[in-house]
Amino acid sequence: MNGTPTPVDAPAPNAWEELVTAALLGTERRTPPGCPPGPQAPAALLDAAAVETVRRRAGLRPGRAAARPEPAAKDPRPPLPTAAARRLAMLLTDRPGTGGGGRRGTAPDLMELLPQWLATANAQGFAPPPELLPALLDAARGRTDLRQAALAFAGPRAVWLARLNPDWRFALRATPGGGVALPHLDDADRIRRLWQEGLFAERVALLGAIRAREPAAARELLATTWATERAEDRLMFLDSLRTGLAPDDEPFLEQALTDRSRNVRATAAELLSSLPSSALAARMAVRAGACVAVDHTGSTPTLVVEAPHECDAGMEGDGVVAKAPAGRGERSWWFGQLVEAAPLATWPARLGRRTPQEIVALPVADDWQGELHAAWCRAAVRQRNAAWARALLGAPGAPEAGGPGAVSLAERSKLLATLGGAERADWVAGFISAHGLSEAFQLLGVCALPWSEPLGRAVVDALNIARDAGSYPWSFSGVMGLAERCLDPSEARRLDGLMAVPDETEDASPGAGGYWAEAFQRLVSTLRLRAAMAEELGAA
Amino acid sequence: MTQQGVRWSADQVLSLAPDASSRKAGSKLGAAGPWSEAGSCGEGTVWGLCKGSGSKPYQTVVDIADASGPAYKCSCPSRKFPCKHALGLLLLWAGGDGAVPQGQPPEWAEQWMEGRRKRAEDKRTAGAAGSSSGSADPEATRRRAERRAERITAGATELEQRLADLLRGGLAGAEQTGYGQWEETAARMVDAQASGLAARVRELGAIPSSGPGWPVRLLEECALLHLLDRGWLHREGLPDALAATVRSRIGLPASADGTPVRDRWLVLAQFDTADSRLTTRRAWLYGAETDRTVLLLSYGAAGRAPELALPVGLTLDAEVSAYPGAGQPRVALGEQFTQPVPVPTRPPGMTTAQATARYGEALRDDPWLDSVPVTLDRVVPTPDGDSWQLADADGDTALPLTPAARARPGLWKLVSLSGGAPVKVFGECGHQGFTPLTAWPEGAGEAVPLC
Repeated sequence: MNGTPTPVDAPAPNAWEELVTAALLGTERRTPPGCPPGPQAPAALLDAAAVETVRRRAGLRPGRAAARPEPAAKDPRPPLPTAAARRLAMLLTDRPGTGGGGRRGTAPDLMELLPQWLATANAQGFAPPPELLPALLDAARGRTDLRQAALAFAGPRAVWLARLNPDWRFALRATPGGGVALPHLDDADRIRRLWQEGLFAERVALLGAIRAREPAAARELLATTWATERAEDRLMFLDSLRTGLAPDDEPFLEQALTDRSRNVRATAAELLSSLPSSALAARMAVRAGACVAVDHTGSTPTLVVEAPHECDAGMEGDGVVAKAPAGRGERSWWFGQLVEAAPLATWPARLGRRTPQEIVALPVADDWQGELHAAWCRAAVRQRNAAWARALLGAPGAPEAGGPGAVSLAERSKLLATLGGAERADWVAGFISAHGLSEAFQLLGVCALPWSEPLGRAVVDALNIARDAGSYPWSFSGVMGLAERCLDPSEARRLDGLMAVPDETEDASPGAGGYWAEAFQRLVSTLRLRAAMAEELGAA
Repeated sequence: MTQQGVRWSADQVLSLAPDASSRKAGSKLGAAGPWSEAGSCGEGTVWGLCKGSGSKPYQTVVDIADASGPAYKCSCPSRKFPCKHALGLLLLWAGGDGAVPQGQPPEWAEQWMEGRRKRAEDKRTAGAAGSSSGSADPEATRRRAERRAERITAGATELEQRLADLLRGGLAGAEQTGYGQWEETAARMVDAQASGLAARVRELGAIPSSGPGWPVRLLEECALLHLLDRGWLHREGLPDALAATVRSRIGLPASADGTPVRDRWLVLAQFDTADSRLTTRRAWLYGAETDRTVLLLSYGAAGRAPELALPVGLTLDAEVSAYPGAGQPRVALGEQFTQPVPVPTRPPGMTTAQATARYGEALRDDPWLDSVPVTLDRVVPTPDGDSWQLADADGDTALPLTPAARARPGLWKLVSLSGGAPVKVFGECGHQGFTPLTAWPEGAGEAVPLC
């Protein structure tokens, strides 16, 4: 008997106990009452036990109910349409690590589509079918990149489930404030209490929420306890001022420039330098400006750089790190920091009223070009200056854009992020048309979804060119995978011609044609699947 | 079968898969990409060409009209049955996004359907002839049955002796003797052609290592085995129905010769259990008019799905015939009058107290019964220490879940479906507790399979 279905009281409640004891010890040693010892004793014991077993089973009654769980909060969102629920079930059946890895074949990679499905479902505001939540939580448990969207979609019942199953405890942690709702932002008393008594994660969440709504209030809240915070906490809190940074934050940041912690000082300096009107930015403008000038003595105007000879206390006080990393000259190290922190608006005024394009185009004397342009790139990213970013990126088709120029791919993608979505996509499209796909992966990563039409065309054309050139498709598997997820599904019809297996030419790699056809088939079927997914969610 | 309303759900299709990797491979093929010239026709056939790794696409055709389960044909070399292509095709069809339009079957599909129809015809005539030839030599049949009965009697007598020895020496020693001795006894029972006894003996061997309280469970099972032995040895003195139950528990084959009962049978649950040689598929059906819950069994070799596939939520208008024996739920599927269709009906439910009473009554007909199929109404899955129970929403009583049910992923589906609110649950209720198999949410919503 397993616990709770309890037998009704038998006429002789001890009869069963007696039988069990006798059976354990053996009838040689003991016989139950009413059963004489001897050769017939085992059979008699079994007879009695059979009657007793059936009697006990027939008399089973339900046990007492334990305390019932608090019902889960209602999910006010409308339920998922039937077709979409079926699709989700199918996406969730496709779990990584089941079945053969190896070649990808022509079928879509369903798990890779889950993030997109979740984003669409969240945008449409649907509630999940509860019976799929365990599979969804298991998927999110294995893939941290899914968690935020999965938990947003899973809604209140997932949090309720997570309290019952330790496997899903992450759902409690990931919910803002560890599952505790933030106080209403008008409730000054509760805010103050949570700020003073809350856990670190709760305080970061609180500060972020207030900063997003009322930047000044967040700064004032931080100022109340600033002096007593630990250094690493000060750093994190200071970092949350990045959101909604404005000139009236300057006094607070100026004060943080004298902080005991070097990291706090550096962050304060960085934030101040992103405020072009700040006193620090002005001091940096003067320092940096003194290092760069236009030399008109030659046949063409040339930029000359005179790096600082020393890092004085004033510079250090403004966040310049005096000690250069190993392998770097300290003068160029100081120079880079000055230019990076100086407002970009300094330069046209200082360099003969030239536009950013003209300045970037000027030759630089004595190999300083790399150092100078790299610092300007960092400044353009930090100050989110689209005009300078455009100038530094240059024309996407320019030959030097493809090579390892002064501006690295990582910096380029950061510069691209300062531009608007359409301009960004056009630049990357131009880049791919001119230089192919081999360097494009990182740049494609910063483009908005789904890809704009020109960008999508450029990628497909480049893939087509790569196929004609006879290489194997897995050299482009990264871009292929991105294309499956990011290409606009309406592009599928333009790909039909690419799905056939082409005739093998002499210079092509053996069998490549078949693999390409397979890769394009997968691309098309994935796009069709995405179109179907969007339609099922009413987002077509 | 091609109207949107009676298309199957993805879950129903995936329940046909023989194993997890086919399930996965099949769901990948359930998108339009690799398929061409797919179509379906009113008679319940779906076909399509699937692009594989070779140059020639595979020809896949599935007949879903046959209510004894879909039939599949695919030109791929896979030995899985159904193969991933058949599953993918059905998923594509179930998806209903226009990828499988209605149309005329191509020649290759038509040929296969024709062949199937012909074979079914042959089988029917052969079956009619066969049943008359089966009774051709009743004398030989009787002699065979007698010889087998003698063997079983010898086996049962030997088993009685072993049980007596065990009880004489005491169960306490059973923990040390281990599994081997029971295996040997089980093999002796197989030799005696008493497969039912062999299975019970094997289970006895596992009890001493099954955790606290094992002596009680071992005594119970020994006593019931003894009861079965005695039942066999004295079967002449038993009422006919009980004697039939004993024969079926011993492992003698029987034919489903009960009067055919026609009803609209709702599929409540379908699940597989597998050992190294055999996959057993059990399907519980509920007849709305007869208010009976019956069990269909079908078997497949290891690695193959049994042929009968009855996705939860479908209703069959069909006749079933019971196997002999008192209190036996097992039936055989007879004539089917229409194709299975999905229906939103739910079986009527009861309280936990009524469920245990139902089990108690069933023991009167079959004392060896481990559980009975019941539907519980308005119960809340409730955590109870390390375990779970189903608590009546309107009372303070509850049924514990069986240890096996606590370890299954279906438990969390059930808990999530409920969210602390009452649900309707179909499952097996017995002396070990309750095993949930299917659940329905409080409001509108389809049946959710839990196994």
